Amino acid sequence: MSLVRTVLPYIISGISVGGQYALIAIGYTMVYGILRLINFAHGDVFMVAGLMMVYLTASLPLYISIPLMIILTVLIGFTIERVAYKPLRTAPRMSVMISAIGVSYLLQNLALYITGGLNKNYPAIPWISDRITVLGMETTRVTVITPFLTILLVVALVFLINHTKIGMAMRAVSVDFETSQLMGIKINNVISATFIIGTFLAAVGSVLYFTNYPGVVPTSGAMPGLKAFVAAVFGGIGSIPGAVIGAFIIGICESIIKGLDTILIVNGAITEQIGLATFSDAFTFILLIVILVFKPTGLFGEKTTDKV
Amino acid sequence: MKKVLALALALIMVFALCACGSSSSSAPAASSSTASSSGDANPVVKIGVFEPQSGDNGAGGKQEVLGMQYANVLTPTVEIGGQVYDVELVYADNASSNDKAPTAAQTLISSGVSLVLGSYGSGVSIAAGDTFASAGVPAIGVTCTNPQVTSDCDVYFRICFLDPFQGTVLANFAKNELGATKAYCLAKQGDDYSGGLCNYFIEAFGADNCVYEQFPEGTSDYSTYITNAQNQECDVFFSPVSTEAAAQIIAKADTQALGMPILAGDTWDSNVILNAAKGTDVNICVTTFYQEGADAEFDAGIKEWINGDATALANNGGNDELAAVTVMGFDAYYVALEALKAAGSTDPADVLAVLPSVTYNGVTGAIAFDDIGDALRDSAFVKECNTETGVWDFVTVATVG
Amino acid sequence: MIENKNRKSAWIAFVIVLLFLALVIVLDQIIKPTDKMYMLLTVLQKGSVYALAAVSMNLLNGYTGLFSLGHAGFMLIGAYTYAIFTIPSTARDTVYQYYDAAIRISFPEIFSGALGGFGTVLGVALAVILAGLMAALLAYLIGLPVLRLKSDYLAIATLGFAEIIRAVFQWSKLGPVTNGSNLLKSFARTSTFKLNLGGSTVSLSTFVPVLIATISITVIVLIVNSTYGRAFKAIRDDEVAAEAMGINLAKHKMISFVTSSFFAGVAGATMAMVLSIAQANNFKSAMTYEILLMVVLGGIGSISGSVIGAMLFISASEWWLRGLDSGSFLGINAPGVFRNGFRLVVFSVAIMIVVLFFRKGIMGEKELPDLFRKRKKAPVKEAAE
Repeated sequence: MSLVRTVLPYIISGISVGGQYALIAIGYTMVYGILRLINFAHGDVFMVAGLMMVYLTASLPLYISIPLMIILTVLIGFTIERVAYKPLRTAPRMSVMISAIGVSYLLQNLALYITGGLNKNYPAIPWISDRITVLGMETTRVTVITPFLTILLVVALVFLINHTKIGMAMRAVSVDFETSQLMGIKINNVISATFIIGTFLAAVGSVLYFTNYPGVVPTSGAMPGLKAFVAAVFGGIGSIPGAVIGAFIIGICESIIKGLDTILIVNGAITEQIGLATFSDAFTFILLIVILVFKPTGLFGEKTTDKV
Repeated sequence: MKKVLALALALIMVFALCACGSSSSSAPAASSSTASSSGDANPVVKIGVFEPQSGDNGAGGKQEVLGMQYANVLTPTVEIGGQVYDVELVYADNASSNDKAPTAAQTLISSGVSLVLGSYGSGVSIAAGDTFASAGVPAIGVTCTNPQVTSDCDVYFRICFLDPFQGTVLANFAKNELGATKAYCLAKQGDDYSGGLCNYFIEAFGADNCVYEQFPEGTSDYSTYITNAQNQECDVFFSPVSTEAAAQIIAKADTQALGMPILAGDTWDSNVILNAAKGTDVNICVTTFYQEGADAEFDAGIKEWINGDATALANNGGNDELAAVTVMGFDAYYVALEALKAAGSTDPADVLAVLPSVTYNGVTGAIAFDDIGDALRDSAFVKECNTETGVWDFVTVATVG
Repeated sequence: MIENKNRKSAWIAFVIVLLFLALVIVLDQIIKPTDKMYMLLTVLQKGSVYALAAVSMNLLNGYTGLFSLGHAGFMLIGAYTYAIFTIPSTARDTVYQYYDAAIRISFPEIFSGALGGFGTVLGVALAVILAGLMAALLAYLIGLPVLRLKSDYLAIATLGFAEIIRAVFQWSKLGPVTNGSNLLKSFARTSTFKLNLGGSTVSLSTFVPVLIATISITVIVLIVNSTYGRAFKAIRDDEVAAEAMGINLAKHKMISFVTSSFFAGVAGATMAMVLSIAQANNFKSAMTYEILLMVVLGGIGSISGSVIGAMLFISASEWWLRGLDSGSFLGINAPGVFRNGFRLVVFSVAIMIVVLFFRKGIMGEKELPDLFRKRKKAPVKEAAE
């Protein structure tokens, strides 16, 4: 078997999961750009979106439940900001971060209560979960769609930020919070808009992610959330293209590491399993620490890209 | 004012989410239940049920509890030393987590149980063994198959076969019946059940012909492991993991056209697997304790009970397909009653003293303990999943000669 | 005059602590595992572990203002070091069932050979200290690159390191040392801590963790009240000003980080002792979050607050609110609502309320003795401890 033939499946599934991380990462990077807050609850909102879909499809048809799920998720994102972050706007940054951790804890425990701690199976969505053959390998349609949909959404978002009034306000706020307030920008509206956009993308991401990996448990959102945040840091926090590229890199690396033993064995580099797959999650953090130590501004330095 | 508003919003959020979930299934209704009416005020003897109700093994744990509950409905009283006692099941959720297990065990001990049944999943039983031992409360493992459960713990007994046996049976089956020469083994990291079983499978199959990988907790992406097995050109995919992971592995095996049979141990004998495999073209074989139909009268009785009790039906995954663990739970309850009768007292120490000599002829066969506390069992059923009808087809009874 | 007063209150504190320890020994003897009240001892055991973990986190987050989320990783190292070095040689092969154990040293055995019962105690104590030292050593190595980072980057980097540590300990190639991802057990644990006094056994299963926590917390209090402690606070309040006053930032941050990690390692060792198992999988970032919430509950920057916060957290989640999970609570019977997980929901809502509306937590930045000084009313919390 040729090297390409062996590695290709990992890369394709890596691109797909990378696209899903990218949709979550945008929420992190936008919120961080404006509030300087690591929104630890963002990954859990993503999980709640998945869970709501499970319960909604139990009683409603898909064409109602998908939009309804997205609206509810956006509502939750908006509410979290209003209830848990807005009252702390003048408090030290540590308090806000603790509040975010508290919200994350609350959402996970709520999910634990509602599901009884059991795994919930994500509904199969017709068409996108169909089995197709790409370049001679079997996979689902969602794997192929994800990167294109992600890029489409990102282009739309960049357009929104560069060419609309609210986008301009966002850019202003991210450059200087207080001055833009003095210039008459309604800061709370801008922040709410940021959270709405972020959770909307996370909701879309959850449909793609859970269609691919159809088990929803209360901790489903924690790891993808952290990885997406790392992707945002990797790409240069505040930069949307940076976050997207970071997410794709992390997705592909992670997927390859899971298969690295096999790739090496098939190509004769090693003769037995050495368990490198153990580090598939840890690798993300190694990447993070390396980038933080050597280039704290990320791949795309803050000044050269448009920040939100 | 703002604070009140914020608080109100938070509450609304909570209730909104609660409302979403109100239709979901619930854990065994109460922490304890007495089956008989307490009109004649019999004294009560408590049996602890140490089972996962949440987490990875939550679904399996619930099915195992069902057997005990059904047995408790059939036989709600026991005569101990000439006095009729009401049997009360006391539940503790070990959450499939090794660090929660000792505390869950402690709550059972503190509530004054005479002996404990459980658990589904070997890790939690190993983790809690020390707690039971230091309190001197005997425990009867129902389907925890790892040797360490009993080997390191004087108060732990069990009624199921062990992993060295099961692993060998499966390896022989893979070699002889499926004609496999190279096996892909997948276990969950830090899980004593899947890790142990893979280990014994590899020992029996030959380490040079096995590819062994472990996935970390919280894994959602199983497609890579399927690709790994395909890339290394294996002939059989051995993954005795929890049913939660199993459902996803089966789904991925289907979409990625795995192209080799999947083999697993007793946990996969569950309707979760059947539901996942129905309509796919995945070939699944498992070893297990019981084949539905072996005792028609028992089957009919328990199915009637499950169908008549909404909670029980939900805990069994929504249909009345019997899991072997349910039947094992049923037998375990009667073994516990036998032990109580033989002890002639409800004191855990007395029960512990007589347990090694207790025997019982159960639905799953004759049960007796050897000197480490393991059941003397030498046969396992092999079943194959019929993906058209969604039921198990009997293949063979396997023994190790 | 002030010094006299301080000395007096120190003596009072000392006597109270001694009385408390004596009470714990007595409770240890009269409450048997089969009693309902045994939950009290469970809470004391687990509570003291978490109290120590919370106090050590507070030293870093509350006193030095370094927001680190790597606590679970250091506790993991402590737990593993302790477990590996106290597994008796007879049990070693069954514990390492899939590997050939590489480290075959058992401290309690070595010393009990020469010194008898006292040697066992010494061996356990040494293993606990070694656990702390290993965690401290790693903290030093991690601290070199990481401590330069600012607030939230530091948080995410330390969180990342904790995850990396967890992955390394689960790596199958390290199996001969760490037993891979499988659990470690059979090591010296609280349920085996017993003294033989003239035929009657004295159980020390609660006393030992409480004692370890007490000693460690006392040391932390002494550090906080020393010049180092004042330097930490200065760094927290204003880094630039502190540097201008001649405080070596890098050095003091490192001291705080290493000390905090040392005690996190000790807490990890104690946790292994109490749970009687150690497994890398249990030391997830969720554990760090819980400890952080205990610190917040008690008040960031108050040591007695952290102790109270941890004790409250543990007794509520392990004991008082159990009914919320199992059908009936305070006489209300509602199995539909009070089912598995409801306890944690109530709990997390309560924590969110504290975080949002009582940002100072229970104690703010005050300590228990401060309360005595101002009002003569004794706080009820002491009793709960």
